[in-house]
Amino acid sequence: MIEIANIIIVIFIILGAFFHLIAALGVIRLPDVYTRNHAASKAATLGVLCILLAAFFYFYFHESEFNTRVLLCIVFMFLTAPVAGHLLGRAAYHHGVKMKGSKVDDYQEYLEIKKSNEQQKYEEFKKKLGKNL
Amino acid sequence: MAVQILLNVCLGFMWMFLTTTYDLVAFIKGYFFGLLILFVFRNFFSSRFYLYRIYAVVKLLFIFIKELILANIAVVKIVLTPKLHNSPGIFAYPTRLEKDWEITTLSNLITLTPGTLVVDISEDKKILFVHAVDMNDVQDEIEAIQTSFEKAIMEVSRK
Repeated sequence: MIEIANIIIVIFIILGAFFHLIAALGVIRLPDVYTRNHAASKAATLGVLCILLAAFFYFYFHESEFNTRVLLCIVFMFLTAPVAGHLLGRAAYHHGVKMKGSKVDDYQEYLEIKKSNEQQKYEEFKKKLGKNL
Repeated sequence: MAVQILLNVCLGFMWMFLTTTYDLVAFIKGYFFGLLILFVFRNFFSSRFYLYRIYAVVKLLFIFIKELILANIAVVKIVLTPKLHNSPGIFAYPTRLEKDWEITTLSNLITLTPGTLVVDISEDKKILFVHAVDMNDVQDEIEAIQTSFEKAIMEVSRK
């Protein structure tokens, strides 16, 4: 029984390390802030999840203790990681960081409309989006 | 929803008093029978039977886990392909959701799905601006968000 538990724990730790490796590689390899943000916010989340799960299983099988703090950690990880990614992307955009090789940018259009402060233009913008769907 | 759960707990205690056994098993039995009674009388409540909502929440959770794993496989693929040939961009996604927590949940889910990341939201909370790694399949992406996430979240908040 303890052998099987050990195998599960090891698998989770290796998976977690692998996802962290991918996140690190992505941050180095991808071309601009936004795509790097993708790698960091997704792969790192699942990596942390895997390692925390491994820690949880370790405590559960070896010390037979149901560690709720680890589970809470996972929940908060999921609540905060997307918010961090979202804020980083937004801050980068407002700082004027360009996207590499981008074709479409609806956000810029929206910001221009917002600056000009014309309600009618905004309604037109919304209508155009409605047609797209 | 809260009223129904409270009623259900009361029915559980009632069962304990009627059978004069005061332990957890009796309470669970009473809770179960209370659930059946509530189910029979479900049309008399102003909101729908609360198990439906719990079922919707569980469904949303499973969609979330599935999408998270898919997202990570997609990121692994993007990172490990030798040549990067994607065309990133920001597209606007008009949402039908209205409450704050719904929009928060939706944007968190979008951020954790393959190749998309929410950058901003318009001031009237109607449009989400989503950064995508590959703009070529945006139309599919929008449809996927609408049919899976938005529907699941609406299912939870439906009266």
